Amino acid sequence: MLTPTEIQEEIIENFSLFEGDMEQTLMYLMDLGKKLPPMQEALKTDEFLVKGCQSKVWVFPTLKEGRIHFEADSNTAITKGLLWLLYSIWNNQTPETILQTELFFIDKIGMNRMIGSQRSNGFNSMIQKMRLFALGYKNN
Amino acid sequence: MTSALQSIRQQFPILHQEVNGKPLIYFDNAATTQKPKQVIDALQHYYSLDNANIHRAAHTLAARSTQYFEETRKSIQQFIHAKEDAECIFTKGVTESINLVAQTWGRNNLKPGDEVLISAMEHHSNIVPWQMICAATGAALKVIPINDAGELLMDEFEKLLNHNTKMVACVWVSNALGTINPVKEIIQKAHAVGAKVLLDGAQACSHLEVDVQDLDCDFLTISSHKLYGPTGVGVLYGKREILEAMPPYQGGGEMIEEVTFEKTTYNQIPFKFEAGTPNIGDVIAFNEAIKFVNVMGKANMAAHEEQLLKHFISGLTAIDGVKLVGTAQHKISVQSFVLQQIHHFDVGMLLDANGIAVRTGHHCTQPLMKRLGLDGTVRASFAVYNTIDEIDVLLEALQKLSR
Repeated sequence: MLTPTEIQEEIIENFSLFEGDMEQTLMYLMDLGKKLPPMQEALKTDEFLVKGCQSKVWVFPTLKEGRIHFEADSNTAITKGLLWLLYSIWNNQTPETILQTELFFIDKIGMNRMIGSQRSNGFNSMIQKMRLFALGYKNN
Repeated sequence: MTSALQSIRQQFPILHQEVNGKPLIYFDNAATTQKPKQVIDALQHYYSLDNANIHRAAHTLAARSTQYFEETRKSIQQFIHAKEDAECIFTKGVTESINLVAQTWGRNNLKPGDEVLISAMEHHSNIVPWQMICAATGAALKVIPINDAGELLMDEFEKLLNHNTKMVACVWVSNALGTINPVKEIIQKAHAVGAKVLLDGAQACSHLEVDVQDLDCDFLTISSHKLYGPTGVGVLYGKREILEAMPPYQGGGEMIEEVTFEKTTYNQIPFKFEAGTPNIGDVIAFNEAIKFVNVMGKANMAAHEEQLLKHFISGLTAIDGVKLVGTAQHKISVQSFVLQQIHHFDVGMLLDANGIAVRTGHHCTQPLMKRLGLDGTVRASFAVYNTIDEIDVLLEALQKLSR
């Protein structure tokens, strides 16, 4: 299993192939979103809705043998791609690892320029929500 | 592109740039229009040469800035055919204009049992101020319904009108759908039951001829920044006798006649409603925007924009999976739509990647979106400087997305 650092390095390399072409990058993000395993509809409740996103985003965690498994979904395709990035880094990791991960890929792929500041705020809300779940499990 | 259109585009410096490596195509004109060079120059000129506080200082700069400020008021008067310039009050925008009426006229004239009538296609800025004053006074807010095309149901409007109706606050042109409402008929019918009428002219004034005396509206709100002028400036037109009977909105400098600690008497209109130092520079630059529109001629602008809209609609209907939202018979150059396969937020971002600026979301009309069963749309809105070629680029991008 790859470490969060190794996965982030892979992400950076993949995004670098588009050389800043916005349309190609967004199309790629939309394709990535399709990899996200389906989320149970019953879990798409207000409790698991990420506040602060323009789109609707849900994240649901379960702890199995000390590792967090995420289910996540969004009603928009680009946001789903963003969710996939976080999912690929953090799914099946321990709460400690999630809390310690420095997400250096965000600046490296030029996320802010790519999705604009409003969506960046939404993206940060997703990150915070996932870290909050990790913190909850760690403290229990 | 005709040479006339080319020379219009030359007057808008912002249009000549690339966004995400593509030539900028600006189709978000219903949110705000771009500014011609003469407006930008006027702002720079004002702060470089004329800046002074207006109306009372005893020096040359103040006299100059006062003169230019009041010249804008005269231009507005002529632009909307008001009886006198004192009926034109400067505000910071349409939102403030509506809040001013709700909080002053509303507070003085509404009581429990009274009714305020708005339409189902109002912008939040013509809903919330009335909700607030209805909650404070005990009046009730009623809503004129629409059909699926986005047109007011005038039969239902007439049924809602009664002797308790004190105010009909209605949008002239819908920002989300482009629908032009039959405001003259609305005004006549509202007046027949003794109600006052406020027209939200935010979208209308840059596309349609405005004659407040012919319309006989009691209030009209105007936005500078949707009319090729600077942000932060709006106008409230009101009939003199109504404005005079209204209490002031905010207290402060300018709006007073005489102040003692015991009692203050208020200035005449329009100054009674212009407390504090106004947005002088932007008001002065707004005059250049009005001059720009006057030179262009609204009829010429409307003819060009109608051509753009027709071209867009015929291209849009030919794309699989596109649903048009807002298909009223009488429209300005605004078209909302949704793509079956792609969420409007994604469409907006993918178009932006192609240098195309559109609006996505609920357009500050959440009740309207709910009525139409949508959580938002993509909206393209056209202005005098847009071209058929630009629309073709948008259509091509949408065609690619719908595949």
